[in-house]
Parts: sequence; C-alpha cells; structure tokens
Amino acid sequence: MQLFKQATNFDFMGKRKLAVAFSAVLLLISIGALATKGLNFGLDFTGGTLIELGYEHPVDLTEVRGILETEGFKEAVVQHFGTASDILIRIAPHPEQSNADISNRVMDLLNAHEDGKIDMRRVEFVGPQVGEELANDGGLAMIYALICILVYVGFRFEYRLAVGSVMALVHDVVITLGVFSLFQLDFDLTVLAAILAVIGYSLNDTIVVFDRIRENFRKMRKGTSEEVINVSLNQTLSRTVITSFTTLLVLLALFVFGGELIHGFATALLVGVIIGTYSSIYVASSSALMLGISKADLMPVVVEKEGAEIDDRP
Amino acid sequence: MNQYPAWKYLLVILVLVVSTIYALPNLYGEDPALQVTSTRTAQVDITTQEKVQKLLTEAGIRYDSIGLSDAQLLVRFADTETQLAAKDVVKKGLGRGYVVALNLAPRTPDWLVSLGAAPMYLGLDLRGGVHFLMEVDVEAAVRQAEERYISDFRSLLRENKVRYARIARYSNEDVESDGLARSGVEIRFKSAEARDQAEELISGEYPDLELKTDDRADGYYLLAGLDDKERREVRKLALKQNITTLRNRVNELGVAEPVIQQQGENRIVVQLPGVQDTARAKEILGATATLEFRLADETHDVQEALRGRVPPGLKLYPQREGGYVLLKNRVMLTGDYIIDASSGIDQQTGSPAVYITLDGKGASIFSKVTGENVKKLMAVVFIENKTETRMVDGKPKKVRHTVEEVINVARIQEQLSKRFQITGLDSTQEAHNLALLLRAGALAAPIEIVEERTIGPSLGQDNIDQGFLSVVIGFILVLAFMALWYRGFGLVANLALAMNLVVIVAVLSMLQATLTLPGIAGIVLTVGMAVDANVLIFERIREELRNGVSPQTAISAGYEKAFTTIADANITTLIAAVILFGFGTGPIKGFAITLSIGIVTSMFTAIMGTRAVVNLVYGGRRIDKLSI
Repeated sequence: MQLFKQATNFDFMGKRKLAVAFSAVLLLISIGALATKGLNFGLDFTGGTLIELGYEHPVDLTEVRGILETEGFKEAVVQHFGTASDILIRIAPHPEQSNADISNRVMDLLNAHEDGKIDMRRVEFVGPQVGEELANDGGLAMIYALICILVYVGFRFEYRLAVGSVMALVHDVVITLGVFSLFQLDFDLTVLAAILAVIGYSLNDTIVVFDRIRENFRKMRKGTSEEVINVSLNQTLSRTVITSFTTLLVLLALFVFGGELIHGFATALLVGVIIGTYSSIYVASSSALMLGISKADLMPVVVEKEGAEIDDRP
Repeated sequence: MNQYPAWKYLLVILVLVVSTIYALPNLYGEDPALQVTSTRTAQVDITTQEKVQKLLTEAGIRYDSIGLSDAQLLVRFADTETQLAAKDVVKKGLGRGYVVALNLAPRTPDWLVSLGAAPMYLGLDLRGGVHFLMEVDVEAAVRQAEERYISDFRSLLRENKVRYARIARYSNEDVESDGLARSGVEIRFKSAEARDQAEELISGEYPDLELKTDDRADGYYLLAGLDDKERREVRKLALKQNITTLRNRVNELGVAEPVIQQQGENRIVVQLPGVQDTARAKEILGATATLEFRLADETHDVQEALRGRVPPGLKLYPQREGGYVLLKNRVMLTGDYIIDASSGIDQQTGSPAVYITLDGKGASIFSKVTGENVKKLMAVVFIENKTETRMVDGKPKKVRHTVEEVINVARIQEQLSKRFQITGLDSTQEAHNLALLLRAGALAAPIEIVEERTIGPSLGQDNIDQGFLSVVIGFILVLAFMALWYRGFGLVANLALAMNLVVIVAVLSMLQATLTLPGIAGIVLTVGMAVDANVLIFERIREELRNGVSPQTAISAGYEKAFTTIADANITTLIAAVILFGFGTGPIKGFAITLSIGIVTSMFTAIMGTRAVVNLVYGGRRIDKLSI
C-alpha cells in the first residue's frame, strides 16, 4: 500500500503565511490559558498527600468527605478514580500538623468507619521542600534539553536550521502545555517526562526534513530556497505521516489500556506528537526560510566521502 | 550486490541468541519464598538450614525447596498462605539475630542462573512497596556537638579554676555562604585576664576550634565554634551514622532487598519492597528514641522548682505517669552503650519491661556510677527528637522539638553492671519498639520523611498487567500496519521490531536497571518509534524505484541514504533521554532508561537486522520486483 501513488507536489511553503497565522492563534490561546489559568500542578510539584483506596463496593463520596471533615481534614478533595469503588483523596500540605503521617491517620479513620476491607492502593506524600525542588529540576531539565539540542543541531546543520528546529520545539512545548492548562489536566512528573519525550520526537521529525533539505540544496542545481524546501517536504511527507501514525497507534494503546497512572503521560505525548508532526512541516522549515536559508549556507566546506562503500554500509 | 560478509550475519545471530538467553528468565515467574539472612551477631549456614527444615517439618509446613547461597537461606513455597505461616514459625524459632523476610524468588532455571541471567528488576510501582525520602537534620548534629563542648569547657575551666560568669550556646540568624546559620559556644567572663587564660586553655585542648574574643558592655566574651571543615565532618558523620542505624532498623523490620542510599548532602532514600504497613515502618524508621540514666534529686522541693526556682545543677523533668521530678545535670549513662535489648514482662510486677545489655565500656562506667550511688534514686529518661518542615509564610521552615520524659525512677538496690532491666513503659508494644530502637542504635540526628510513595500490591499487579497489555496491543497494531503497508519488507521490519523488544528486555535484565511503569511506557513508545528507521529506509527504496533505479540498487541506495538521517534523528532523541535521566527521579529515570536503550537497540535491529534479512532474501541475484 502507498499513501500517495505518485510523488506528491504540495505547495507547503506557499501556504506558510496561513500556517504562521494558525500557529500564532494556537500559541496565543496557549499562552493566554497559561497566563490566566496556569497549570494544574499535581502533587509532585505542590506537595501534599494523595491516597488511593479500593473499596469492596461502590463508595458514596459525600459520606467519605463527611468522615474526613469531622476529623479536621476540611480541605480534602475526594473523587472517584477509575471505578466507583476506587477513590482518590488529596490533602494539601498542612501548615500546623505533621504531614508525613496524614496518610496513616486518614487510613485509620476510614477503616474505623468501614466494615469490609479497604485496599490501600497508593499513598504519595511530597513535602513542601521536595515539591519545590522537583519543579526546579524539571524546569532546568527542559532548558538544558533545549540548549543541548540547539548546540547539536547547530553543529550538525547550520544555525538557521538549528534556530528553526528549536522554534518548532518551543512551539510544540508551549502548545502541549497550553492544552494541559486549557483543560486543567493534572500536570505531574510523568507529564513533564512526556514533554521531554515530545521534544525528542518532534526534533526527530524535524531532523528528517532538514536532512532532506540539506541533501536537496546540494543536489538541485536550480530552484529557489522555497522550491527546494517544498520538494524536500514532499519527499519526506509519506514517511512523516506513517511514523506519526505508528507512534499514535502505540500511544492510543497506552492511553486506552495503560491505566490511570499513565493517562496524563499518554495525553501529553498524543498532543505533542500531533503538534510535532505539524510543526516539523510548517514551523521548522518556514522559520529557516524566514531566516533566509540559502544554498550557499549548506554547501559542504570539504567534500564528504560518501558512497564509497555502499555494500558494506549497514 | 547486497550481500553481507559472513561476520555480519553471525553478529546479528549472536546478538539474537544472547539476547534471547538473557531475556528468558522473565518468562518463568516467581515463587513465594522466605529469605533468611543474619544480622551482625548470627551467621546463616548449614546448621541454620537444618534448623529451619526442622522447624517447618515440625509445624507441618510443606516447602518446595530450600537452599543456601551468598550467606542467605531461601525457602520456596507453593503459595503465599504457606509462606506467611512459615514466616511466623521460622521467625519465632530462630529468634533474634536473623532477618526473616518475605520475598518473591524468581523461578529461573539453574542453567540460566549459572550464566548470570536474571529477570528484570521491577520498581516499587510494579511490585508494590514503600519509598521514603528522608531528610536528616544535620544541623542538629552540629548543635549536639556544640552542646558537648559546653560541658567539656565547664569541667576544663572548673578543673583549672578559671572563673566564668556564663556559658551557653549561641546561634545568629545571619546565614553564611553555605546557607547555614553560624553558631557556637559563648562564654562570658568578668575579667579580660580570666578570658585570656581560658582562651589559652581551650586552644591548647581543642586546637580544631575557631576561637574569637569579643569585648561587650556586659563582659568579656570568648566565642568558640567549629570551623567549616569540622562542621562538614560532623554533618557527614551524622548522615553516615543515620544510614547505618536505618539499615539496622530495616533489618529488624524484616524486609527482603531493601535499598538504603544517600542522596545529596543530607538525604537518605529508603525503599522497602513489599512492605504494606507504612505506619509501623514510619514509626520505626523515623523514631529517635534513646535513653539516658540520671540520678534523681531528693533534697530539693519540686513545687519550688515548678515555680521557676530550679536549683543549680538540677533540671526539672516531666514524668510519664504525671508530675515532675528533679534530676541531676550529669548523665550517668547514655543509650549509646547499649548493644542488645529485648522486651518482656517483668516477673514481679507483670508490667512490660526492656532487658538491656551494655557493651564493655558501658558496663564498667555503669557499675562504677551505680556502685558509688547505691541506695540513691536513679531515673530513666526517654528522649525523642523530632524535626519537621512546615510552611511558614509560604516558605519551608524547620521546626524542632524534643520530648524528654522520665519513664521510671527507682532506688539503686545494688551495683548494676552489664545486664539489667527497666520498666515504666505503657504497653508491650512500646516495650517492643523501644527494645528494637535500642538494639538498632540511635539516630545521630533527627530525620524527617519528606517524600513517601507507597504502592499497594494490588495496584502494583494492575500496573504490570496494564503495562504489559499496552505493550502487546501497541506491538500488534504496529505489526499489522507494517505488514499491510510494506508487505514483504514490512514483515522484515516486524522481525526487527520483535528482535528489538527481545534485546531491550535482555539489556534491562543484564543491567538490572529498574523497570517502572513509565519505563514500560518508554518501551511502548520505542515500539512506535523504532519502525521509523525502517519507514525511512523503505520510503527511500520506493522513491528510488519510482526514479527508475533497479531493485538491487534501490535497496542499497535506500539503506545508504537513510542512514545519516536515522543517526541524526536518534541522537537528538537520545540527548533528550539522557537529560531526562540526569534530572529525573525514580519512575522518570525508568522512562529515560528504557527510551535510551530502545533508541540504541532499535538502530541495530532496524538497520543491521533488517538488512541482513533483506540481503539473505534478495542479495546476489537478479530480481525484477520488490515486495515493498
């Protein structure tokens, strides 16, 4: 099977104004959401206590809230988790009480009001000092990743392409964050990891396109920069679409079957991969074009010794 | 054209065979087992084995196998009920000195074990258990060191008849460059001569201390403090001692394969696989209880002291059963000299008691002081230090408090020595815990749990099942798609994908890297992304074919031209994964590990693996059409 029977010839770069407008709208919405709503930071970053319990029967949440309220856990957030017999309790860091054993006190309390057995499924407690550190480390990781990638791409390609790829990355990260902010999805450490994976993935896509652009700049004697980029995008189009498709397939599997704990992670990657595919076509290449990439920039200084041992190449 | 030299085929086959062997242990499953190891005082050997065998046979408990390896005894059972029953029997029968822990022992066949093959190491989120991150209040250790100097200086000055007005610990809130408040001991003198004399004495006796003089309105001051190097030493030592103590305590809890590790300058990670009773784990790990023995005062009035007039040399202590008692400042003995403690019931009173054994030095000190003070009252003081971090005005702030209680006051009937007992505890449980804490040693500095992650066994199993299911479904979807899309070449890519999974599992098993739920997600993601290399190659081949190139040339050109692209694309993803590894903690690290391994192995299987198959099928003959 083939996606495109003939070699395609879409005029991607001709529509780049439209793409810029589209990206700008997405970015504005994202930044707007981040500025007004912010991210719904999970326990990893805010600190506090989270308890997941499994009852033997469906649970009435108001009853649980009532029990907790009478014992001084007024700010406890209680919700169903996955099924009606599983509940999730969140308790914000308490300024006056010992935080580390809140979970045990809650467990004792609920056990006292329950005849059957309550299955302790998960307890997470993050002290205030740790939450702050995790947030700082996460931010640092993101920045270091972007810098290292900028350096690598700059070294391997050309600075205009490097800037283009990082613009695409920033675009992807901001929009993915925007989605999390807009829908107020829980932003925890796994989501942060997913966003770093999105950076890797989106870049992967961009590099493939850039590689072809470089190759075509060297190969094609005629044609403007815009034409060369268009041809390159068309040549890599079916690959871009297919790889994104297989990745989306596995991510959907993860989203549907991976369980609640991995939900945010799968969501971030789903959003990121879709945006990343779009951005490697439109954002990265058109940024490079706008920065004035030309044939002369990509001509090899020394002629590389290529194709000398075709048979032995893996 | 398109033929590999023999060594390349061999390499691919070799990697496949080795990977299969090392991935195999993951298929065998696990047996519920008991793991018996020794603490310092006992040894696990063949006699232990015989004893355990005898105990189990007597109790009528059937076991599948029993064996010694690496100074640990492993007994396997058919199911968890037998395992639990056996634990009680063995623990009781062996007595103290042994750690009897529940464990899951992999059912890896002997021939695989002899090759060093083992199943993947599952993280706590998959096998269930507790993860604690504990912060050691290392500054408290510095404070304790300073407080020790106070009593040292007191006796030094007294012995040399240097008169001082006041001696106390000071700490100013100005934060120094290392982020910690400067502190030390200050001594006030009425005359400069006395001060200078003291300075000479102290600098002679304690050359490591930093001494400063300061003339103030109310007197002549001598300030003594630990220098930076010494402070760092004290902090480091406190952390090290705490790790040792925690290890002892974890041994007392009976946990198989615990992890106790330093993290950063003042933190300790404790991981207890399989532990569910977190309340008890926290109580035992975080407790700083220790004992002190002091002489009680019988001449002064407690009521008078309660009104604020505490006589010099004495201190007022609350009693556990209510009321107060005056004790002498001098400590007869601290809990540091206790080498063994066990709980029981006092024969005469029927109340819970702790039987204490002292080490040689402690015994000689104790027999001397009790000998000198026969017929006098001695008090046992129970001391607990706690440190907690609370948010004060939006900033984390450490709150310290010490609980000191007199649990027992009794007349010294005779000279006490190596062994004796104390009573006055509330319950047998408390006696039990106190004995455990005394045995395991006191913490050098208070610790506080700053992070806890507990996963129950049911959730752990769910995570494994769901993770496995998503790998399988993702894998099948991609296989189906590739076969449909690229037909013959798609099947080749599928072979490579399957091989990639085997290699990832093998590498994870060999490295014994921790597999976490995000780690499984990383494997799923790798499955989706690993085909990318093949997609790149195959699209390139199709393109060449469209350009009218012969099939053989198309194959070699496709592989050749796609190579640099694949390398570039994968290296950038690898950069992101490595940075994630550097910054991530726990589960996130697991994701970074599987992602990195997956990227590297997929390069091998997707390029060299598929090429080997393609060459075998098409290489060296005339072909008109490719199945692509």
